[in-house]
Amino acid sequence: MDEKINLTLNIWRQESANAKGDFEQFKVSVSPHASILEMLDEINNNLEREGKIPIAFESDCREGICGTCGLVVNGHPHGPIPKQATCQLHMRNFKDGETLYIEPFRATPFKLIKDLIVDRSGFDSIQQAGGYISFNTGSAPDANNIPISKQIANLALDAAECIGCGACVAACKNSSAMLFVGAKVSQFALLPQGQPERYDRVEKMVIAMDEAGFGSCTNTYACEAECPKGISVSNIARMNRDYLKSTLISK
Amino acid sequence: MVKLNSNIPEGNLAEKWTNHKFKMKLVNPANKRKFDVIVVGTGLAGAGAAATLGELGYKVKAFTYHDSSRRAHSIAAQGGINAAKDYQNDGDSVYRLFYDTIKGGDFRSREANTYRLAEVSNNIIDQCVAQGVPFAREYGGTLANRSFGGAQVSRTFYARGETGQQLLLGAYSSLNRQIKLGNVKIHHRREMLDLVIVDGKAKGIIVRNLLTGEIERYSAQAVVLATGGYSNVFFLSTNAMNSNATAAWRAHKKGATFANPCYTQIHPTCLPVHGEGQSKLVLMSESLRNDGRIWVPDKVGDHRPPSEIPEDERDYYLERRYPSFGNLAPRDISSRSAKYACDDGKGINGGRAVYLDFADAIKRLGEQTIKERYGNLFEMYENITGENPYKVPMKIYPAPHYTMGGLWVDYNLMSNVPGLFVAGEANFSDHGANRLGASALMQGLADGYFIIPYSIGNYFGSEKPDKVDTDRSEFKEAEENIKEITNKLLSINGKQTVDEIHKKLGELLIDKVGMSRSEQGLKQVIKDIKALREEFWKDVKVTGKADELNQNLERAGRVADFLELGELMAVDALNRDESCGAHFREEHQTEDGEAVRNDEEFAYVAAWEYIKPGEWELNKENLEFEFVKFATRSYK
Amino acid sequence: MGWLSERLSSSIGKKIIMALTGLLLILFLIIHLLNNLLLYVGPEMFNENVARLEAIKPLVRVIEIALALLFALHIFNALKLWYENKKANPNKYAVDASSENSTVFSRSMVITGVTIGIFLVIHLATFWRTFNFGAHPTDGRHPFYAIIQDAFANPFIALFYFIVMIVLGFHLKHAFQSAFQTMGWRHPKYTPIVEKIGTAIAIIMAVGFASIPIFFYISSLGGK
Repeated sequence: MDEKINLTLNIWRQESANAKGDFEQFKVSVSPHASILEMLDEINNNLEREGKIPIAFESDCREGICGTCGLVVNGHPHGPIPKQATCQLHMRNFKDGETLYIEPFRATPFKLIKDLIVDRSGFDSIQQAGGYISFNTGSAPDANNIPISKQIANLALDAAECIGCGACVAACKNSSAMLFVGAKVSQFALLPQGQPERYDRVEKMVIAMDEAGFGSCTNTYACEAECPKGISVSNIARMNRDYLKSTLISK
Repeated sequence: MVKLNSNIPEGNLAEKWTNHKFKMKLVNPANKRKFDVIVVGTGLAGAGAAATLGELGYKVKAFTYHDSSRRAHSIAAQGGINAAKDYQNDGDSVYRLFYDTIKGGDFRSREANTYRLAEVSNNIIDQCVAQGVPFAREYGGTLANRSFGGAQVSRTFYARGETGQQLLLGAYSSLNRQIKLGNVKIHHRREMLDLVIVDGKAKGIIVRNLLTGEIERYSAQAVVLATGGYSNVFFLSTNAMNSNATAAWRAHKKGATFANPCYTQIHPTCLPVHGEGQSKLVLMSESLRNDGRIWVPDKVGDHRPPSEIPEDERDYYLERRYPSFGNLAPRDISSRSAKYACDDGKGINGGRAVYLDFADAIKRLGEQTIKERYGNLFEMYENITGENPYKVPMKIYPAPHYTMGGLWVDYNLMSNVPGLFVAGEANFSDHGANRLGASALMQGLADGYFIIPYSIGNYFGSEKPDKVDTDRSEFKEAEENIKEITNKLLSINGKQTVDEIHKKLGELLIDKVGMSRSEQGLKQVIKDIKALREEFWKDVKVTGKADELNQNLERAGRVADFLELGELMAVDALNRDESCGAHFREEHQTEDGEAVRNDEEFAYVAAWEYIKPGEWELNKENLEFEFVKFATRSYK
Repeated sequence: MGWLSERLSSSIGKKIIMALTGLLLILFLIIHLLNNLLLYVGPEMFNENVARLEAIKPLVRVIEIALALLFALHIFNALKLWYENKKANPNKYAVDASSENSTVFSRSMVITGVTIGIFLVIHLATFWRTFNFGAHPTDGRHPFYAIIQDAFANPFIALFYFIVMIVLGFHLKHAFQSAFQTMGWRHPKYTPIVEKIGTAIAIIMAVGFASIPIFFYISSLGGK
């Protein structure tokens, strides 16, 4: 039952942002039930035993929800299987003898830290600019005072499912963060609670997005195709609409 | 011996919190900004507390080892959050939620804390909806509920299978607002390595900058630890890879007592282990038990595929033994029953797994309804296992999931170290010996939004807002100590990797301090853990340097602490010579295998005081039950 | 108006300019094509139509200036976006998987756009200049029709026009629906229709414009 598959891995190694990076090759034999991160664990365990520096990569929940992990496998952020985070990518999806290229997310605003780890703090700065509803703890009315149609609640949740992993940026030829920002803007634009700050919010978040150095959207929709949560580009359209409206109505 | 005063307010159960809030000292708004608070951890409890303290006007320094505060492991909670709203008109009330929680915890939690938790549960839902958390709705636009293990009313609010994510993002958004306003300063990629105590009070922390390896000092007039639980002591658990006990443990070593470490919950619905390289266990939300039926083949050695096993040759063991709760029996009972079924050789293919079958529910409700309720969980299952749960029953097995034990706190969530507050899973407070489903999110947010902000004000009411200088000797000593530990770890240069030793510890613990424990086993495992700890400090191999990003070093420090904590879990389990909740001592069971409590001798909180490695002193806080009567838990 | 230029210089603002100018340019292309299709009706019809436009020359000049502005805005913004986007992402992955997550039309907008831009300069320098300021054939043929006849008798010019018009189709295939997306005009019911219209426009434009050089080249072969 536990037959293994043999793979050739080319894994990006780079000591620091300014150091020169290159692929290091590993030949491994791995269980098809293991996830790709578990495969890296095993490689690291062997490296450590030999006294070598393990491959730096990030992961946390390993259930596809925290958004910490993110590797580019053969050109696909989070690997070639749609709607999965890297941690959910199991080796049964690869064939014996295959060669894999494992790289970090590449985008100017995601500065490389080490090996496969990049800095995604640009996302936080966008959220801090306006990704919230301004109200203080304790001042909320009874939850059922605001009826929200099931359809709207579902659409808002579709947008809110974004795990903030950055795959959209990594997939985009322009390193645009529009899918990420569009999702957050949409969640609040759809819900009645988000209306008071709706147009102010989109303006602030777009400014922060531009300041963080992300590119613009040329509607290739690669982001949607690679998003582990399948966030729809209709969220981008909603943000564009709101932005246009805020341009016209703001004082 | 430390003095443990639970500080439970006088008065009737339902009035305690209100009275207490009234009697609390207040801080003048102009003075609030002179007080610094350190909050470690940005999960539900930490982010909630940091944001709310910021709103109140305190100066908050928040810390997380993640690259973003949105990644805390609260995010992975799937099923939902309880509240006593009684929107379903099915007879729920604050008192019922309180009683269910006390009973679920097998009468090993504080009445007053648990009641307060139930009391503020409703505010949490209001708060989250106002933040824009997209909870599930009915067609009429009102909030939807589902039922959950251990309760007979429908009181769980949810957002698909991602409730934790949505609640955390809500708290994260509030936190972001305070960061923007300048009330909270967030420090990413910092791991707390020590607590600094000045004149007997918690006044600061030492952290390691995970990017540069630099050791940094931070001071404040109070420290809040919201650093989560310690299930990762088992190596294989449902916790995130980075979840660890280091912050709490280092605080423990500085004097904070650790309460009920043996209360660890093994979650009944997780995916079974696939092989040696497994790094963690994946939880499938317990809400699946609402519609799924759990069974094993009735005959040992029946290795036919599930579809070929006829109805009368299946053993729906939970429905058989607990007819009124059936598949919704509490977690410990479900877990232990699965273990026993597998011990008897009835597990799937003789291994350690049981079926969770949706065939009947799909027949009754249609695939569409099931998809709406559990779609993403089913997808997740298929991704991981390669099997389609709409067609083939899921395979599940219990896995360590939540730790009810934690740092001891009083009613104000302050530890026995003045100025050190502990919130969320990191404290021991509300769940007793077992936690009910959908209550962890409730407790994290209750502590963070509605309790810590009040009780810190009360503490500051009698404190002076004097700045604490980080050049003081206490900070220097703590920093030196940390550097010494780091250098030692890096210089051992042995033969075993950190993970190899961690796995060994996990195997010892799950076997002897897991779902079922015995005196003999515990005595043995204490010796084994001591030996393993010695092995670690002689033979571990940690690569790299101290002053760089070094994940190997990070893990080594955490495992070093787990090796001490693991022993304390066994010591506590040995001391607690009774069965209660998740703590099941084989010596104390009825003829049909039910847990037998010993309320005469063990209705207390075991708060362990650190003396030196491998040596603790037991402090007892007796649990008084004024309002509820001990009852034998029965889910038959 | 400071607010407007400020807003329009953001990433979304620049895209909005692209979308609006693009849609107006498509409108121009449709009118242009309708004009050109008169070539198939016959020399008289085509010449008459050109003569009609000559009659309202001042108005045509105003429209031409507006068109020039539209083109300038469209091209200037495109180049600016291209530069900024290259800065945001100068990197390539070892394995190029872009064909699996996006269409070739969407990825080649800069290349197709630049091609059309170069074509535009040549087109203006030849046909437009000759129509407006050049010497018209005086051999008794309908003069405007004759200019086209003569130009496309050259196989290189005919082939160049043919290829660029196919490229134009590629550009429009992405452009039309993309403009709707950028403007935020998206709806599960109507977006599929918009996409179909966009594809139809792309095909009609490409086939319509590209057929003309082919027609005249083949005709020139027969005529000799």
